Amino acid sequence: MDLILETLGLAKSAELLSLSPPGWGSNLLRGLANSLQIAFGAFGFGLVIGLFGAYGKLYGGVVMRDLLAIYTTVIRAVPELVLILILYYVGTDLINQASQAMGYGRVEISGVVAGIWVLGIVQGAYSTEVLRGAIQAVPPGQIEAARAFGMPPLMLMRRVTIPAMMSFATPGLANLWLIATKDTALLAIVGFSELTLETRQAAASTRAYFTFFLAAGALYLIVTLCSGAVFARIEKWARRGQRSLRSGER
Amino acid sequence: MATADSIAATMQSPDTQDEAICVTDLHKSFGALEVLKGLSLTAHKGDVVAIIGGSGSGKSTFLRCINFLETPTSGQIVVSGEEIQMRPDGSPANRRQIERVRTRLGMVFQAFNLWTHRTLLENVIEVPVYVLKVPRAEAIENAKVLLDRVGLGEKADTFPAFLSGGQQQRAAIARALAVDPSVMLFDEPTSALDPELVGEVLNVIRDLAAEGRTMLLVTHEMKFAREVATHVVYLFEGRIEEQGPPAELFGNPKSARLKQFLKTVG
Repeated sequence: MDLILETLGLAKSAELLSLSPPGWGSNLLRGLANSLQIAFGAFGFGLVIGLFGAYGKLYGGVVMRDLLAIYTTVIRAVPELVLILILYYVGTDLINQASQAMGYGRVEISGVVAGIWVLGIVQGAYSTEVLRGAIQAVPPGQIEAARAFGMPPLMLMRRVTIPAMMSFATPGLANLWLIATKDTALLAIVGFSELTLETRQAAASTRAYFTFFLAAGALYLIVTLCSGAVFARIEKWARRGQRSLRSGER
Repeated sequence: MATADSIAATMQSPDTQDEAICVTDLHKSFGALEVLKGLSLTAHKGDVVAIIGGSGSGKSTFLRCINFLETPTSGQIVVSGEEIQMRPDGSPANRRQIERVRTRLGMVFQAFNLWTHRTLLENVIEVPVYVLKVPRAEAIENAKVLLDRVGLGEKADTFPAFLSGGQQQRAAIARALAVDPSVMLFDEPTSALDPELVGEVLNVIRDLAAEGRTMLLVTHEMKFAREVATHVVYLFEGRIEEQGPPAELFGNPKSARLKQFLKTVG
């Protein structure tokens, strides 16, 4: 193994990336873990917002629909980097003002929580639209049949609407998840040590920019490949009972 | 249309215990368009009421108003002696009441409306298990009997998309039977089927009629209506134009419009 690396001229890189100091590998992996934690939280938070948002847009009153239209329009109109700066600083400011008004001192806001909240609000706007479209694609007759048999609204949502819309929502949600994993890199700007910031620090300290950014790129790629496999399974499950477009397959 | 009202009045039985469905003076408007203009109809236990009429006569709307899939504008609906409470705008006043009543009305749709992400067996047990809280094992046992009965015992684990329209509609009938409904509502059950598949569905409905199920059946199959119905109602532009026993209605129609209608549908 060492010999192969030596002949390829990669011995130096391997040393830099090794998990134990003086290698920076563990820093990168810690950054990746932080990134994934935030991506996961933000995606989940976004899904919750999206589900309420989609139902609000479809079945809500005029005021509700208008408010949601403003939310989705503004969030989708402003660049995410700008939104992250606004939401992060406004959010922490508001919390600090509130805590000071109540007589507590300044609070230290956890980077993970702040990241989840900021990216979750961004994801929520996109999820709202993905889920709204998916719910609308469910044949109305299936929902009507459930109503005709006396299913209460929440059960109807859980037993009929959500499973039936999953096949329409999965591709869009898979996109959102991948965007979430990569949007975590934008949190570097507010000093949160996710994968990109860790990489930059390692690169700056060792001057091995190419090695570290290539390694970070590989980590992002691995995340994407694994996500692809997971979403393929989810989609297969969501499409159960539907005919395949390719003839002769189920 | 005084005749419609007077005929409806004579339909009222003094024995209300026996009434499965009693609709009084039902109105329904879509915006400015009034589709139902004061319909009254009583179905007794064991009745098979066929509702016929041309396109746009309001027959489907009438059926859908009975379980409030459409909100009536005004009127009174009594199902097995229980009056459905309505707000002044006609919407159901008590969500739990309407949900409870709906579980007693097994509905079969023109477009089957099976849940495509569930197998036939799952479709049939869905309402018993989740709405009526029947133990799962018991529901499955009952569902298998019902699927066997409509000739789909072999297909219990198949998804609806892989079945013919006739098979899907028979499964939908099994789903409706699974709640042991006091009244079955059929909304043009054979209209979406290829002609060669109509027979298998009608056979199932015929069996149900023979065993004394109470049914309201909106249909275009005149021969079938004549054969299985105990009472036929002809709707024209949201009113009951003529009603009576099938032999009389089909054999000796009185109204000119019904005569014309029967001539055109052959």
